[in-house]
Amino acid sequence: MEVLSLLADGFATSLSPFNLFIVIIGVTAGLFIGAMPGLGSVNGVAIVLPLTFIVPPSSAIILLAAIYYGAMYGGAVSSILLGIPGASTAVATTFDGRPMAQKGQAGLALIAAAVASFVGGTISVVLFTLFAAPLADIALSFGPAEEFALVLLAFTTFVGLGGDDSLKTIIMICLGLALSTVGLDLISGQPRLIFGDMPGFYSGISFLVLAIGTYGLGEILYTIETSKTAPKVTNARITFAELGAGLKRMNSLWKTMSLGSFLGFFVGMLPAAGATPAALMSYGIAKQTSKTSDTFGKGNIEGVAAPETANNAASTGSLLPMLTLGIPGSPTTALLLGGMVMWGLVPGPMLFIEQPDFVWGLISSLYTANFAAVAVNIALIPVFVWALRMPFTVLCALVVVLCIVGGFAPSQKMHDVWLIFAFGVGGYLLRKADYPLAPLVLALVLGPLMEKSFRQTLIAEQGNILAFVERPLSATFIGLAILFFVMPFVVAFITGAKERLHVPSKRPKIN
Amino acid sequence: MYNKLTKKIAVAAISTAALLAGAAQAVAGDWKPQKPVELVIMAGQGGGADRIARLFQSIIQKENLSNMPILPVNKGGGSGAEALRYLKDKEGDAHVIMATLNSYYTTPLRTDIGVDIEEFTPLARMAMDTFVLWVNADSDIQTLDDYVAAVKAAGGSWKMGGTGTGQEDSLVTAMLEKEFGIQHTYVPFKGGGTVAKNLVGNHINATVNNPAEQMGFWQAGKVRPIVAFTPERLAVFPDVPTARELGHDIVYWMQRSFVAPKDMPADAVAYYTDMLEQLGATPEWQEYASGKALVADMLTGDALQNYFLNERSKHAEILASIE
Amino acid sequence: MLLDKVIAGALVLLSAYMMSHAILLPIGWNGETGGPGGGAFPFWCSLIILICAVFVIFRPARSYEADQFTFDREMMGPLIQVIVAIAVTIALIPTAGAYVAIPLFLFWYLKIYGKHSWTLALSITMLTPIAVFFFFEATLKILLPKGITEPFFFPLYAMFF
Repeated sequence: MEVLSLLADGFATSLSPFNLFIVIIGVTAGLFIGAMPGLGSVNGVAIVLPLTFIVPPSSAIILLAAIYYGAMYGGAVSSILLGIPGASTAVATTFDGRPMAQKGQAGLALIAAAVASFVGGTISVVLFTLFAAPLADIALSFGPAEEFALVLLAFTTFVGLGGDDSLKTIIMICLGLALSTVGLDLISGQPRLIFGDMPGFYSGISFLVLAIGTYGLGEILYTIETSKTAPKVTNARITFAELGAGLKRMNSLWKTMSLGSFLGFFVGMLPAAGATPAALMSYGIAKQTSKTSDTFGKGNIEGVAAPETANNAASTGSLLPMLTLGIPGSPTTALLLGGMVMWGLVPGPMLFIEQPDFVWGLISSLYTANFAAVAVNIALIPVFVWALRMPFTVLCALVVVLCIVGGFAPSQKMHDVWLIFAFGVGGYLLRKADYPLAPLVLALVLGPLMEKSFRQTLIAEQGNILAFVERPLSATFIGLAILFFVMPFVVAFITGAKERLHVPSKRPKIN
Repeated sequence: MYNKLTKKIAVAAISTAALLAGAAQAVAGDWKPQKPVELVIMAGQGGGADRIARLFQSIIQKENLSNMPILPVNKGGGSGAEALRYLKDKEGDAHVIMATLNSYYTTPLRTDIGVDIEEFTPLARMAMDTFVLWVNADSDIQTLDDYVAAVKAAGGSWKMGGTGTGQEDSLVTAMLEKEFGIQHTYVPFKGGGTVAKNLVGNHINATVNNPAEQMGFWQAGKVRPIVAFTPERLAVFPDVPTARELGHDIVYWMQRSFVAPKDMPADAVAYYTDMLEQLGATPEWQEYASGKALVADMLTGDALQNYFLNERSKHAEILASIE
Repeated sequence: MLLDKVIAGALVLLSAYMMSHAILLPIGWNGETGGPGGGAFPFWCSLIILICAVFVIFRPARSYEADQFTFDREMMGPLIQVIVAIAVTIALIPTAGAYVAIPLFLFWYLKIYGKHSWTLALSITMLTPIAVFFFFEATLKILLPKGITEPFFFPLYAMFF
């Protein structure tokens, strides 16, 4: 009850005209920052933090929440429109969002992403409100063994994503894993795979560099080649009728979206994991449980809704370890943590007891920001879709510039821009030869988490490999992972057997 | 808002034009940065070193200590090797400063990265961070003797969490091992905050960590400090003995300083040193330092360079004795 | 079909190169520290790439692949032009500065390669750097490399920061 009255107080502040104005400004700014490949909520929060020392603290928190949410929504925009994931959290959104845009359904995909983000944000904020304290204990019970098991699970939900050629899928997974080890070996403290001792490789190969390279530049090169001189015009338009139809279509995705929200929140809450594995797992599970799983990757609206609910839910979830344990789960939460220290707050177990008005003020801001974000986002969809109607040669030039500038921005190293160029050309050639790129990117994101937690566990357990199955939580995850790994084969076997039984009758048509 | 912006653009356009036309810029008597100053951080985002560097940045901004913004850039790759190499390439640049920690000397000692820290320009040492041995509050260990006995009983399987081989806490762990003839299983994690969480979750048995990382859990009664590796007891933990008073001479500091590239113009060095001295005097910083058990001991110029070189030879000895 | 084999061959070389770097660290199972050494992950992953790529080279052609893996000869010229232009742009950024290199690229792409009208080419060439400056530098405080053009920006910095 006390929680409710604190929340009500929070709402009273966040709904004042000045604060509403701030929310809308923040959400809009966040949307554009998030939509820019290479930039994400971390950049938005970084510029706003210094401002928070000037405006009243309650407004500052609201502004931060608005930017945070706006950027999460915005990540999907570039994934869908340009096929470049704006942040690693939005990589799964490209898998179906981009094909939808290419089919002329960019508007529908954007609506799906916005609504899904809203649902994910709402469910997760409610979960946060109700269970923040007990959930912190779950986060604590996650050691390296559990982390490894979870990442393994995230991986196996993806088996079979690569399409037909399994040799090439394996190559891409291994290439991603090998590239993910570039940099410093955390365990021994030694540099490795820093080709020719280039300092640029000391910090490893960042996900964004690979994604902007392969999905951004690589895609541009591919389109230039396939489009010939006559530019392919995407038939992108959006009308109010379509908007309404899109909203209706979302109504049928409740199962996907609620699954995605819960999954996203719980995975996002674990300090090591965060929103990217959450979005990937949500996509993988949606694909495996969907009735229309064969159209995943070819523009299935469920494939947009699933990762988008999960990554938004996870970004709320990742606030939980930051507030209750003082551990930042992402660069953005790390910045927020720094800001809180500046405001004289001590994140950690005592925060909820000593500073309840801050905590609940933040949470009510999240509610408000979420509403504002979905409204602003839907209002801006026509603008985004209109951008797609630019002549191809204009769009192409601008995307190249975005790739260069956006690739430089996060690390501010020319080295990364050259890497983007190399990945662009390499990705284009790999794509020509029918190598799937998604497993490559996926492996690069999950690889470091997986290797680190695997080796940490083995060190802590004196090389005892059974440690992974001796702990109940990790054993459960590994069991689930095996189940997910085996399921496609079992399903294939059963349908195969069924088909054999009905040989004379008509074969089910595969669309 | 809009008017202001258009005006700014107009003024900007005019002044650029003026500059292009060759109008000489007025040379001010005292040097000021002409463009935003890059603050290189020798660690990745989210760690203790990153947080403190960003705290400095926000105080500088809040108190208007610099006319140009200070822009933090993380170059944490290779235990700071990336940052050191970057600073080396910035020779003579007046708009780059770097926030350091002890990897400033240990990284060039451990791997040959072609950097001699003697060439860099020292600016100011803001503080020295302290190290304390922590265990989970549920454990029976109350004293250093209990601890040594427990580690011995575990027969090498005692899990000591840390931030990586060669990092500051691993050096203290090695010193403990040498002093007491004990064996730990050293489990590296990414960042002190993660170590703290794993200690509370009972995934590791102990850790040597900065008080700043453990403070939240300590206040919640989840972790227990056993011994401090400082010459004197820390004000925030008056009941925690130092290793020295228990007869074991283990003292270790983590310095938090700022340095600049080789051959930074003298005016610029003076400007930044002055800015950092003002920063050190702000109440925000003083309050943070005392709350987090940091020793805010200001050191600048040649004295700081001597300190660095001294520490470097000390670390060379420590590393030689453990590797 | 040849392209497929050439790319697989390149992957073989890449994986061999990565393996040669990975063996600088222990690649075996190290009982003392418990678990695999620092080089193990990159080494064994590279080895799998190598094996799979060799299989790709030597497996018999499959019918559905044969017609797909060709370059469109007509588009090869323009494509290489674009790749070279991007490389030149990136190479120019550290010395000539992003605000010279990027407009040059845009102008080349829009006017010479894309054959758009002067109005369109010039307006995008002029407006993009301004937008980039306000978005990245003035708002987000992310500075792009300026090279020799740096001094021209001092008054702008003074204005906006």
